[in-house]
Amino acid sequence: MNESLALIARLKRIATTGMPTQGDGRADDAWLTQGMAKAQLHEIFATVDDSASGAGFAIASVLAAKAAPVMWLRTEASERQGGRLHATGLVEMGLDVTSLVLGLVEDEASLLRAAADAARCHGLGTLLIESWGRAPKIDLTATRRLMLAAEASGVTILSLRIGAEPVPSAAASRWQVAACRSRPLEADAPGKPAFDIELLRRRGGQAGLRWRVEWDRDAHIFDNIAFDQTAFASDDSAALPGAGVSVAADRAAADDAAAFVRRTG
Amino acid sequence: MRPHLFVGRAETPIAFVETVSGGVRLKALDREAVRAGLQPGLTLADARARVPELEVYEHDAHADHEWLERLADGCQRYTPSVALDEPDGLILDIAGCVHEFEGERRLAADLEERLARRGLLVRHAFGDTPDTARALARYAGAPAPDEKRAVKRLPVAALGLDEDATTALSRAGLKTVGDVMARPLATIAARFGEEAAMMIRRLDGSVKGPIVARRTVAKIGVERRFAKPIARTEYALEMLAELATEAAVQLADRHEGGRRWEARLFRADGLVQRLRIETGQPTRDVALLMRLFRERIDSLADPLDPGFGYDLVRLDVALAEKLDASQLKLEGGEAQKGEVAQLVDQLGTRLGRTRVRRFSARDSHIPEQAELMLPAAEAPAPTPWTAPETGEPPLRPIYLFDPPQPIESMMAEVPDGPPHRFRWRRTVHDVAHSEGPERIAGEWWRRQDIPTRDYYRIEDRRGRRFWIFRHGLYSEMEAPRWYLHGVFA
Repeated sequence: MNESLALIARLKRIATTGMPTQGDGRADDAWLTQGMAKAQLHEIFATVDDSASGAGFAIASVLAAKAAPVMWLRTEASERQGGRLHATGLVEMGLDVTSLVLGLVEDEASLLRAAADAARCHGLGTLLIESWGRAPKIDLTATRRLMLAAEASGVTILSLRIGAEPVPSAAASRWQVAACRSRPLEADAPGKPAFDIELLRRRGGQAGLRWRVEWDRDAHIFDNIAFDQTAFASDDSAALPGAGVSVAADRAAADDAAAFVRRTG
Repeated sequence: MRPHLFVGRAETPIAFVETVSGGVRLKALDREAVRAGLQPGLTLADARARVPELEVYEHDAHADHEWLERLADGCQRYTPSVALDEPDGLILDIAGCVHEFEGERRLAADLEERLARRGLLVRHAFGDTPDTARALARYAGAPAPDEKRAVKRLPVAALGLDEDATTALSRAGLKTVGDVMARPLATIAARFGEEAAMMIRRLDGSVKGPIVARRTVAKIGVERRFAKPIARTEYALEMLAELATEAAVQLADRHEGGRRWEARLFRADGLVQRLRIETGQPTRDVALLMRLFRERIDSLADPLDPGFGYDLVRLDVALAEKLDASQLKLEGGEAQKGEVAQLVDQLGTRLGRTRVRRFSARDSHIPEQAELMLPAAEAPAPTPWTAPETGEPPLRPIYLFDPPQPIESMMAEVPDGPPHRFRWRRTVHDVAHSEGPERIAGEWWRRQDIPTRDYYRIEDRRGRRFWIFRHGLYSEMEAPRWYLHGVFA
């Protein structure tokens, strides 16, 4: 009896927290809100070269889902390899760093222990766990624990896996993030942060979709970049692996987005 | 001192020596050695000639001090106010503390018994003031019916003056403290200095010297004594929880909450184990405290070992701050904040306080010095960060390398322009877009020779955005080097 009551309560919570409301109401983010439900565990994969893109996408999706305050857990190894977090840069992504708590742990085991504690803290909006390398301890069991804790407490957990290969996990969704060429501004200056995102896996949903998005810090929203082949015509095609695959998904989601793309470059 | 070495071997005289200005001299002696006629200050050669069987050890003042500190810790089972009387004395303020022992004699007996187990010979004395007790314990006078007269019968050496003054006093025919006291204070002060007069006033009780306690007495302290030592850590923790509840009630009466807590577990064999915790905000939440204590125990290098059991558990609130009765906030805003603060305390207790951090803005134009990472538990009120300009892309990276990583510019660049191709981490990057330079000068008001940095925001052909700089202008040096300072999202 008690168990079924608990189950009902849990399902209710998931149902109510599952779809964060978007202040803007623009349809662009639908893909993200469907994919990245609150109170769940999500995995974001990025190669070592794209570490900043992975972290940037994580921050941006926290902001898009309005899931602050954030606790960011990293290991000393990631601080050594990836550089330290730069608050000014985070502010420029749109994050309110006064609410950010950074936890620096010694190794992977203490990373998971600290994560288990933080995942139970109702006061948090998002728990960001950053790990570098293969991190074999973040396995199916560990992710299942985190997932259960997230469902119980309502904390969204983003597991940022840099330089790791996807392994079986209990995460609700899995994303692959890579840097994407931005739309340059005047005088050939690099533009807003742009990401090449692939939804590798989604529990109970369609997967294998790809988007190319740009982060609008002022509106806290992802804009689809209209696929402008001419802009890339001069580049080597190797820089855009699988460009052909992405077009279909891009077009479907970006039809209305194309209208208000600002031309700055 | 290694007293355990000497337990039950009263026969051999023992001496501790130290090397003073080229010669090895006796520093401290045991009872047997004194009985054999030795005294501190003698050279080792002389002493050996007189007492050939003398056992000699190197004197280690530091170890002695440490041992005395440990004894003082242990003595805190009797009173919170314990002072060191270097090199070999302890002063305990037992006012109001004897009720546990039905009188001071029983307390002294208990103390002597415990110390005897450690192989220590103790001489103790009671006094109305710390100075009389100290004098009575250190110097032997003729027997007397009460404290006042006992002090008077002490030798003049008990005044603790320097050797010349002591000799002068005895030459003047003043053999005991009482003799000196009988004289007008003014003449003593004129002849032997203000110090001597002060000491006399202290010994006759008209001035009370302070006890300089090793630690400040906590505002709130609660304790439990056990007739039978408890050997299970779990049970000791339950006791601690009860004590925390008591302390919380006392704190609530004062409208305060504790920020720094110290639990001490006194083992029956004299060892004291301390557990210190700190919270970012004043609290009276027992469940939270116990969680933090458990975290602390988990993080100990050696696990908590009850040994033969604890016979006293004490909890002190070392720092308390204003905390009014908590009120549930309907919006949940305050409650949420509190939960994050609790998490910060919990992780800080386990990982170390400095590892859980918050960012704080700092007034500097040097990028790596423009912000501080402070322990989250003690971070100041958040400072507003400069809001980024609307419509601009991020101008600062999210990861910053400290120190910046050298890169190799592989193609000649135009002066005051970024490289067109560079190598970083064994990968070649072709620059597609760039913006700059953003010139950041060194802090020339501190040092003159710091080269200027010219920063460029660049994007390579694969869409990766970097923050690179040239260290020095071409006018400043011949071949300035390039560095990669950070990566953008």
